Amino acid sequence: MTTLAEPPRPTLAEPSPRPPGTLRAPVRDGHLNDLRDEAIHVLREVAGQFDRPALLFSGGKDSVLVLHLALLAFRPAPLPFPLLHVDTGHNFPEVLAFRDAAAERAGARLLVARVQDSIDAGRVRERPDGLRNPLQTVTLLDAVAEHRFDALIGGARRDEDRARAKERIFSLRDEFGQWDPRRQRPELWQLYNGRHLPGEHLRVFPLSNWTELDVWRYLAREDVALPALYRAHRRRVLRRDGMWLPESPHVPLRAGERVEERLVRYRTVGDVTCTGAVESSAADYPAIVTEVALSRTTERGATRADDRVGQAAMEDRKREGYF
Amino acid sequence: MTGETNDLMTGTTTDRPAGTLLRVVAAGSVDDGKSTLIGRLLHDSCAVPDDQLAALLAAGHERGTGLDLSLLTDGLRAEREQGITIDVAYRYFATPRRSFVLIDTPGHVQYTRNMVTGASTADAALLLVDVRTGLTDQTRRHAALVAALGVRHVLLVVNKMDLADWAEPAYRAVEREFGALAERLGLAAPAVVPVSAATGDNVVEPSTAMPWYPGGPLLARLEECAAAPADDRPARLPVQVVLRAGEYRGYAGRIESGVLRPGDEVVALPSGGRGRIAAIDDAGGELAEAGAGRSVVVRLHEDLDISRGELLAPAADAPRPTRDLTGTVCWFSPRPLRVGDRLLVRHGTQVTRAVVRAIGDRFDPATAGRLPGAAELELNALAEVTLRTMAELPVDAYRQHRATGAFLLLDEHDGDTLGAGMARGQDRAA
Repeated sequence: MTTLAEPPRPTLAEPSPRPPGTLRAPVRDGHLNDLRDEAIHVLREVAGQFDRPALLFSGGKDSVLVLHLALLAFRPAPLPFPLLHVDTGHNFPEVLAFRDAAAERAGARLLVARVQDSIDAGRVRERPDGLRNPLQTVTLLDAVAEHRFDALIGGARRDEDRARAKERIFSLRDEFGQWDPRRQRPELWQLYNGRHLPGEHLRVFPLSNWTELDVWRYLAREDVALPALYRAHRRRVLRRDGMWLPESPHVPLRAGERVEERLVRYRTVGDVTCTGAVESSAADYPAIVTEVALSRTTERGATRADDRVGQAAMEDRKREGYF
Repeated sequence: MTGETNDLMTGTTTDRPAGTLLRVVAAGSVDDGKSTLIGRLLHDSCAVPDDQLAALLAAGHERGTGLDLSLLTDGLRAEREQGITIDVAYRYFATPRRSFVLIDTPGHVQYTRNMVTGASTADAALLLVDVRTGLTDQTRRHAALVAALGVRHVLLVVNKMDLADWAEPAYRAVEREFGALAERLGLAAPAVVPVSAATGDNVVEPSTAMPWYPGGPLLARLEECAAAPADDRPARLPVQVVLRAGEYRGYAGRIESGVLRPGDEVVALPSGGRGRIAAIDDAGGELAEAGAGRSVVVRLHEDLDISRGELLAPAADAPRPTRDLTGTVCWFSPRPLRVGDRLLVRHGTQVTRAVVRAIGDRFDPATAGRLPGAAELELNALAEVTLRTMAELPVDAYRQHRATGAFLLLDEHDGDTLGAGMARGQDRAA
């Protein structure tokens, strides 16, 4: 294993990236157990403090991990909350199939809120760029109102984005579902405060302190099942904005674009129209863990068109009630 | 560096081996360079991903400011606009020797609640001082909070040495001033490190500009911070939820201190029921013993009526439940706390009502001394407060048991977190 023994001395004018081939984070298994037990503690606080919580579940790796940890937190008792998925209608079919099978294996109730229903009801309008990720917020908040959820558990991590790095583990949303970063509650020790007024709800992030590499190392250690598109596979893709987007009815070809077959895998999984694949030959957990450890870009920078919109894209969406 | 191999699946370790995670909070007055220092630690450790670095360079280019490392953590729109930190940011990185969580906090007095949020979970605190200005009221306030919170390692970081011509006398003056403050606050011999976060001198790499400084660079000092000593305290487990499935009935919670083993006699507080541990389960299966930090389920031989809010502790060494709670309180609300006020107290997993009986001497950030008691406690003030609670609480001294000595003060109406307290503890004679 190579190490960071002698990093070059960077200067302000000429930043020096990590030398090629160095690993990002040597992590120990005791550390993974600490993260696991912290997440379980948070999930049990949700069960102890709320009347109507739900777990946001998309079939993506982070939500798969949260579900895995929730089953550990409450076993042998059943999962004390349902799963909720906000379906943009632009999801990968194999991920939806995985989602349904995973919910059934977990013995969990799966609720699906559809962006298409919000569009049909006139609650939101399709955007000219065709992206539906920004539209999810309305569908999500409507589902919160309809089911009177008082807590939504999500798989967001602080290492994903600078706005998320500022997030509490228990994060209050007002009656409009909005996040006000200037008015976040103090959160001391691990005394998570879930008290709120009627109509308000909390977002809870048990994976706050996990990094992308921690997630992969834990999933690998426990051999947790994931949708197959996280592993390297041949796929017909097209190049757009420096990303490999999949050939799909939801991704109409633009002038000059052409479809070709490549060996790729996904680092994040979301809406087909804005989630890019990365070229990779990592087909199993050990290879993926190594690839992530060697990676010199963040998963969002590499694969998410919607996060590239601006310096504060995530903050703006979080303020509106996005997860 | 022990206990790393045997806990792969079962999680039976009770210790946190040296070299594991260190949570480091940066505190100190506004503009003393906390965000820049954290950015510098990340950058010079090569822990900034390429896309974030590229975005940072582009932003610097757009503004004509060059590379501004503080923007690595000052991610909110308002923070970038004002050039200050408003809320806590958490960044994760590792060196070959150790993993770190770097916690950046705001220096402004109006955001003290966010600084306390960051410091409450830290193992080490970097207290930054601008060598040109020396200690300020806010430095003294943060030092007092770090001392009250019991952060184990405190390092004074004398920053902006480049703007003081790397001069030793200026550094020594700050060191002396801080030495007196540390003694007043009861901080044990803190390390002092001169740096320039802007140039990177003595942060990750040693500095050639300060040959008079014998100690190593800041990162090396952090890598050397000793892990928590072995936990020989009596066990404490606040019950979060009761799990039932058929014949199975277990009390789920996290062991906050000490070690529990099957066969141990425990008492549930405040109800007082006693029982013997039949088994301890965690995510990996049944355990022979479980220590602090482990999330477990405890099964008892006896069928006790225990619910969320109870504390499990060894029958022979349990805190005495009391309705009189005295501790150092940091107040976060713009509405002052007054004697006679009613609020909620959160302790462990229990919430009960309380009334304020007395407000004692306040910490004075101008002198680091004490101001005589007032009838009310203002925003960001730190003082000893005595409460009378409706339900009995099994309170420990915060100094010995952080989790069972800590409490929150909540608004009765909207549940907002108004203050945080660290219990003085009780005399154990009774």
